[in-house]
Amino acid sequence: MTRVDFMQGNDASAEGGIAAGCRFFAGYPITPSSEVAERMARRLPQVGGTFIQMEDEIASMAAVIGGAWTGVRSMTATSGPGFSLMMENIGYAAFTETPCVVVNIQRGGPSTGQPTLAAQGDMLQCRFGSHGDYSVIALSPSSVQEMFDLTVKAFNLADRFRVPVFLMADEIVGHLRERVEFPDSVECIPPRPAREGKLPFEPEDDLVPGFTPFGEGHRVHVTGLTHNEKGYPASTDPELHQNLVIRLIEKVERARHEIADYDIENSEAEIVFISYGAPTRAVRQVLLDEPGKGFGHLNLRLVWPFPENLLKKFPNARVFLVPEMNMGQMAREIGRHTDLPVVSLPRIGGELHLPSYLIEKAEEYA
Amino acid sequence: MSFEDWFRHDRLPHIFCAGCGNGSIINCALTAIDSLGWEKDNTVFVSGIGCSSRAPGYITADSLHTTHGRALAFATGVKMAKQDFNVVVFTGDGDLSAIGGNHFIHSARRNIDMTVICMNNQIYGMTGGQGSPCTPSGALSTTTPYGMDENPFDLCELAAAAGANFVARWTSYHVKELTRSITLGLQKPGFSFIEVFVQCPTNFGRRNKLRDVESMISVMRDHALIKEKYDRLVAEGKPIPPDMFVVGNLTNRNLPALGVKK
Ligand SMILES: Cc1ncc(C[n+]2csc(CCOP(=O)(O)OP(=O)(O)O)c2C)c(N)n1
Ligand code: SF4
Repeated sequence: MTRVDFMQGNDASAEGGIAAGCRFFAGYPITPSSEVAERMARRLPQVGGTFIQMEDEIASMAAVIGGAWTGVRSMTATSGPGFSLMMENIGYAAFTETPCVVVNIQRGGPSTGQPTLAAQGDMLQCRFGSHGDYSVIALSPSSVQEMFDLTVKAFNLADRFRVPVFLMADEIVGHLRERVEFPDSVECIPPRPAREGKLPFEPEDDLVPGFTPFGEGHRVHVTGLTHNEKGYPASTDPELHQNLVIRLIEKVERARHEIADYDIENSEAEIVFISYGAPTRAVRQVLLDEPGKGFGHLNLRLVWPFPENLLKKFPNARVFLVPEMNMGQMAREIGRHTDLPVVSLPRIGGELHLPSYLIEKAEEYA
Repeated sequence: MSFEDWFRHDRLPHIFCAGCGNGSIINCALTAIDSLGWEKDNTVFVSGIGCSSRAPGYITADSLHTTHGRALAFATGVKMAKQDFNVVVFTGDGDLSAIGGNHFIHSARRNIDMTVICMNNQIYGMTGGQGSPCTPSGALSTTTPYGMDENPFDLCELAAAAGANFVARWTSYHVKELTRSITLGLQKPGFSFIEVFVQCPTNFGRRNKLRDVESMISVMRDHALIKEKYDRLVAEGKPIPPDMFVVGNLTNRNLPALGVKK
């Protein structure tokens, strides 16, 4: 039996974590994400888990990685400045193939910017923010229900691909209150264990190694240095480094069509909106207000790795309009994958695009 | 078992310079761990970045070699997520007290149940001999070419002031005493901090008129003042000889701790 509640997006994300079996949360308060930590502080002890408020976000990300290696599902939540601080350890998580979840309730930047207002300004940072080359998975909820559902999904993807997975929400969705349905149980797919005789960082056919958490006799050495399949440092071998980095990118990128998560409206449309997160709500309103105009809509629930094949689902498209709460971060990515015009519709300052503005813009291409 | 059983023999040769003291400290730590009969399956080693932080890579147990300065934050995650693990951290003076200073005081404040062994060579070894927060006044390094003009940290006082349950200081000369001290630290619920002065002939010695390992070790031996003697001198109102540093088990108490195995 499903339980129905009315709650805030941040609370729903914490509940999603609990439902997914997250039993360790380390974090540091920052608006507009703090409610995730506050709810975890209340809820985790009730289910036998542990909450710890660390001294900063660098420590929080470090602790989450430590927690994850004990085999316990672990997560943190933050916003802009805290996310920037996490970057070195996010690179460590990607390189050491540590499954973990980072919730980012985005606020206006740069710097301390607009602590209480929404933005989508960290979309490129989550993909490219740490040094070196790597790949990650990022999800983008546009409703309170999705704050719950996608947090659960984030854990399953993190375990399957052994990567940090980001829930790239924003202040609007984080603080929005909506009806949400909690199922009795959710699907939790644990990481694949390492097979007998396999080395700790020896990949299977899908390029992902089986997981060797601490305490199970694997005696695994985890290092942020370039390492061989045993996990031992081998940082001066050019070929080994190249193969390792390519594998880490490929294990995620190769799966991008299989794990794509999206909604499509009016695939025959010529004028197509592409959105993720809060702007999706404005686009949906446009389609409701102007059903006769035949606008198309692609809503992305999974933004990285970018599922570029989805652009082909609109065979008649003449133009893609991309409303984002940044200066065109994902529009730039979309433009890489199509010869059609990609029009960025940026909106920064904290307020969502008005549906009337989107209609006006779309009509310029009618 | 013997401490030898804790070595990852397939990782040899190690990267430490000839004459480096880090190896002796790893031996002392493993001897202490082995004497307690700790099991490999629930013992986790964590370190940051630096020569000293390479220690876990030579030990056959689960281990995390993390980012510079963050060892204690990673270790906190390991310990809090699974409290039945024994957690041992190896770190350097720069790793622990410069970039990692904030994590150090907060781990001691939380009095989190782990044992931290800081190999203090008073310099940045791995990056080629720059000054650290523990470089003594006047000492030469590549970034203090005219002599260190800042005051050094007393890491033990810092740990004790912040709330650690067990604090000790020894040197790489005092292998027996150090091993005993680590054994006490490992058994102590709460945060145990053991500072070990260690010779770094390559980067500290070479620049500070201590070219050979023997002279580095004898300087440590001759300037170490055993805590009991220090206490006696203080009680008798006698002067403390200059340039001496106190060694011994400095703090040993039972404040409430975090993450203690139930
Ligand atoms: C964020 C970051 N800054 C700087 C470095 C470079 N670095 C590597 S080791 C090290 C100093 C190590 O000194 P210490 O902790 O005293 O250890 P030792 O090598 O002397 O044992 C530094 C600065 C780094 N790896 N990461
Ligand atoms: S540089 Fe110093 S601390 Fe590093 S291995 Fe060499 S002697 Fe040891």
